[in-house]
Amino acid sequence: MTASAGIPFPALGTTALPPAAGAAWLAEVVEAARAAAARLPVPTPRDEAWRFTDIAQIARQSYVVDTSAASVPDRDALAPLLIEEATDARLVFVDGVFAPGLSATGGLPQGVRLHPLSALFAADGANGADAAAVRAHLARHAPFESDFFSALNTARLSDGAAVVCDAGTVVPGAVHLLFLSTGRTAPLAVHPRLLVVAGAGSELTLVEEHASLGESIVFSNAVAECVVGANASLRHVRLQRENRASFHVGRCAASVARDGRYASVSLNIGARLSRLDLAVTLDGEGAQAHLDGLALIEARQHSDTHTLLDHAKPNGTSRQLHKCVCDGAAHAVFNGRILVRPDAQRTDSAQQSRGLLLSPKAQVNAKPQLEIFADDVKAAHGATVGQLDGDELFYLASRGLPLAQARKLLTYAFAAEVIERIPVRSLVARLAAQVMARSGL
Amino acid sequence: MIDPTAATLLEVRNLHATVNGVPILKGLDLTVRAGEVHAIMGPNGSGKSTFSKVLAGHPAYEVTGGEVLFEGRNLFELEADARARAGVFLAFQYPVEIPGVTNSAFLRLAYNAKATEEGRDELDPLEFDDLVREKAKLVEMDPSFLDRSVNDGFSGGEKKRNEILQMAILEPKLAILDETDSGLDIDALRIVAGGVNALAAPGRAIVMITHYQRLLNYIVPDHVHVMADGRILKSGDRSLALELESRGYDWVTGARQAA
Repeated sequence: MTASAGIPFPALGTTALPPAAGAAWLAEVVEAARAAAARLPVPTPRDEAWRFTDIAQIARQSYVVDTSAASVPDRDALAPLLIEEATDARLVFVDGVFAPGLSATGGLPQGVRLHPLSALFAADGANGADAAAVRAHLARHAPFESDFFSALNTARLSDGAAVVCDAGTVVPGAVHLLFLSTGRTAPLAVHPRLLVVAGAGSELTLVEEHASLGESIVFSNAVAECVVGANASLRHVRLQRENRASFHVGRCAASVARDGRYASVSLNIGARLSRLDLAVTLDGEGAQAHLDGLALIEARQHSDTHTLLDHAKPNGTSRQLHKCVCDGAAHAVFNGRILVRPDAQRTDSAQQSRGLLLSPKAQVNAKPQLEIFADDVKAAHGATVGQLDGDELFYLASRGLPLAQARKLLTYAFAAEVIERIPVRSLVARLAAQVMARSGL
Repeated sequence: MIDPTAATLLEVRNLHATVNGVPILKGLDLTVRAGEVHAIMGPNGSGKSTFSKVLAGHPAYEVTGGEVLFEGRNLFELEADARARAGVFLAFQYPVEIPGVTNSAFLRLAYNAKATEEGRDELDPLEFDDLVREKAKLVEMDPSFLDRSVNDGFSGGEKKRNEILQMAILEPKLAILDETDSGLDIDALRIVAGGVNALAAPGRAIVMITHYQRLLNYIVPDHVHVMADGRILKSGDRSLALELESRGYDWVTGARQAA
């Protein structure tokens, strides 16, 4: 590790916890996170986990940290982002601030609730059980004591989204958590926060989306924590499509109990620089995880995904497909760590990573990282990086498709394998159209 | 259909080509008129498949001599995609699998690329669906294949039927069938041949490249050529194929060596 001394990180700012929300337990968490953020070194490329991703450009920028002046966009601006499967089942945050006028929860079935976190900080009133769930889980899964960005987010924790699904509740459709940043003039730092608690035997599909309205610089430092109960199923779609001026650092920590299933599809399309750390702990026997990811970048974009699949208990299953598509001088990084602890006998794990380079200047660094401490384990992994297939291009050309169109079609097909795993049909169609329409592909 | 007054569609003169610097075609001559069905036969390594790929414009094949005129125009001035839009179609010996691209989307893009070139209106997905379902009947293809990825997981016979479906959609002037019969059982061969025969037309020429005379029982050629060592050694009518069947390729290639 490298000392952080001398690298100021203006995004840290001061605690902005509204006094009204001041539950004592939360104040303790925030204080501990502040101390950790001050203590932990800011990562540099000299740290192995940050070898290919230099965040100096994030740190160099100064940001507005006052979130009180968020200008809420009108509903028309929101319309193209709405998901028909999540009609009236959404929370919207604008520049880090809950936007009740854009949110709607009337479409939620019995047994699942969306709250702004701030409404649950004090354990009283009708939401006592959900407040207890927040207190039990918030900041218990994301490792703020050891991870600088989790610490930074937690130190700034004043609000966020909470999704609580009761035991046995099967939620049709999806719920949508939309974290928007608007086109304000000054660079802005936001620290979106999400907690999902899926009770035993529940089933839920969740779309966590980070998007920009406008072109101004935003540093978005998001943390999500997902708690998947025994035999529950959580499908988590994570979309990052912020503007090309922005920086995005995302953390997601999921804990999966016995026979629980966590299926995640993460798309990183936007931002000038993005980094996603996704850590899943299979913390009960027979727990399962599917982690699929796609970085689709061009020009000078940089996207880094680090995943950790922590097999802590026996009979766990994990499947992972990660793809990177790089055009222009884009650079994608994938590090897929699979940890099989001594207890995790009969683990069955498979990881596949594939990179597609569309230009001579594009770059992909992909690294599987297997650490296996149990002896009865199936663990397969494969990593390839290549270009579009010449035979496929010729086949399309021989049917009259111009080269540019053939390249676009094959590129889409490569990306579609991940996009089509999104369990929300309207989103698949929308993303497919957007990918096909992208310039430069 | 032999019509000596029909326009010459393809004129190949003294064609030479190499792959990775190795000469494969060594002076090939061939004239194909509109409406004719030709069969090019020959042993492995004679250059038959190379000839088909050179005509289609595969970038791995380098033309080192001679010329090819398509409708009087230098074919080599056109890239592969432009040749396809101009009416040259190659049914691949080994059709390429393209996971992630649905057959219907692929066929529609191909159709619309040609339509645009010819100044016709593009078809939207609904309009195209009607067309492609009609054409799929020609090769007895279940419509469910249209929603699957191009050739992905298709059997050998299904892939070849898909090739003929593409031919039906694109309605080429010159269709080159590269070993379309190889690896097919008799039922699949009958279906594929039936599709090709249904597509025969006065303005269209078909060049079949094959090892086996069996195909010619189903698609009857007007001209049969025997190819060896990169050129056509002998040309004749249907009876040449039958003679080859009974006497073997050595009869032609050996005779030449002896001469």
